[in-house]
Amino acid sequence: MSTWSWSYVGHIMPDILKGLLVTVEATLLGSLISFVLGLVWALALRSSTRWVRWPVQAVTEFVRSTPLLVQLFFWFYVLPSTGVSFSPLTTGVLGLGLHYSTYTAEVYRAGIDGVPVGQWEAATALSLPRRHTWTAVILPQAVRRVVPVLGNYVIAMFKDTPLLAAITVLDMLGEARLDSAASFRYMEPITVVGILFVVIAYPTSLLMRALERRLGN
Amino acid sequence: MATEATGNEKTGDENVDTAGGELVRFEKVVKRFGGNTVLDQLDFTVDAGKHVTLIGPSGSGKTTILRLLMTLTQPDEGRILVDGQPLDKEVRKKIGMVFQQFNLFPNMRVLRNVTEAPVRVLGLSKDEATERAKELLEMVGLGDKLDAYPTQLSGGQQQRVAIARALAMRPKVLLLDEVTSALDPELVAGVLDVLRDIARTTDITMLCVTHEMNFARDISDRVLMFDSGRVIEAGPPEQIFNDPQQQRTREFLSAVL
Repeated sequence: MSTWSWSYVGHIMPDILKGLLVTVEATLLGSLISFVLGLVWALALRSSTRWVRWPVQAVTEFVRSTPLLVQLFFWFYVLPSTGVSFSPLTTGVLGLGLHYSTYTAEVYRAGIDGVPVGQWEAATALSLPRRHTWTAVILPQAVRRVVPVLGNYVIAMFKDTPLLAAITVLDMLGEARLDSAASFRYMEPITVVGILFVVIAYPTSLLMRALERRLGN
Repeated sequence: MATEATGNEKTGDENVDTAGGELVRFEKVVKRFGGNTVLDQLDFTVDAGKHVTLIGPSGSGKTTILRLLMTLTQPDEGRILVDGQPLDKEVRKKIGMVFQQFNLFPNMRVLRNVTEAPVRVLGLSKDEATERAKELLEMVGLGDKLDAYPTQLSGGQQQRVAIARALAMRPKVLLLDEVTSALDPELVAGVLDVLRDIARTTDITMLCVTHEMNFARDISDRVLMFDSGRVIEAGPPEQIFNDPQQQRTREFLSAVL
């Protein structure tokens, strides 16, 4: 086994940091999509029309029950055959966002259910329009409850981004593999990638816990 | 049974009727929850400007009446008229409600709790609504809490905000659903004082469900005694509290007084 080479670490660092940027970008954009889309699902699942409820139920259940990697391959290899094609990164961000939106939908649902029924009744007693009841009364309370949980999904998504390397995105892992393939040295690139994940994910989860405590009362 | 429930005539309070006339009318209203009939062919009316208190054991259907008026639940049979019109979303705007659990919006400051509906529903300008809210909050003794969040207030203070919030919609009828039941004993008086004030100084019609018999005696023009989904006795408070005609009423009063 070869010994650890700091000079090689220095050599690959710029590539890996470039990859880190892509990883962070994919996480943030993917999160944004999953937050918005998840809310859309959550509201659709509460629709009084079953023709809205059922298809959304079926789609979200299906997406949640299939592996993210399979979904990514599907969007990357199958979608272009229908004439729609995006860059690997865009495909990956959309795939991540869609996949995680089926989880955030559940999170929102729990948050909405957690708002006391008295809030709905008070809104009725004041004749607030339904739409305004959602936007001014229910959702602000529901979202506040679930921010920490959503935060945990961001961290989970962050740790899932290496899957994007499988569809040729040059995220951290993708860059690391390119370097490895060129030098036949695997220890440094892969180790550095692992450490960078910890360095980012751990403090973020501490932050989420602090946020949870703050919002808790 | 239904005729007994009507009860209006025998009390003779049409003599003191104000010009307003009848504001709320229940006609043969039936409400069931599962196999349980909570309201059984209920008839009763409330005249404009009157303060009517519903008393009776828990589960006798008092709160259900308020919830039916607020359209929080629908009758299985019968009709409810408010101001001569069948109850719907438009007519409902004439009704305000204060809840046992306050139900203030915790994500809004006190002032916005009170201005939100007048701005959104009545179309008041923000300034008008704010002015109205400040007056009302002043009246309930919370003029210095405009910027507080509900959770920073005591239960009694929250309930007084809730009263101001309901009044800001200028309702013709105010429904009070056991508004002191969730309060610590020492906070009850403040809330009741505010309600007494409102009863004295405004011509708003009040329909209250309460276990505070002294309060009921104080503010009521009429007291309706409920049992098993029906009005078993109705009359001015002096009569109901001092000289109840029904055995069931006597039992209930001796248990709670």
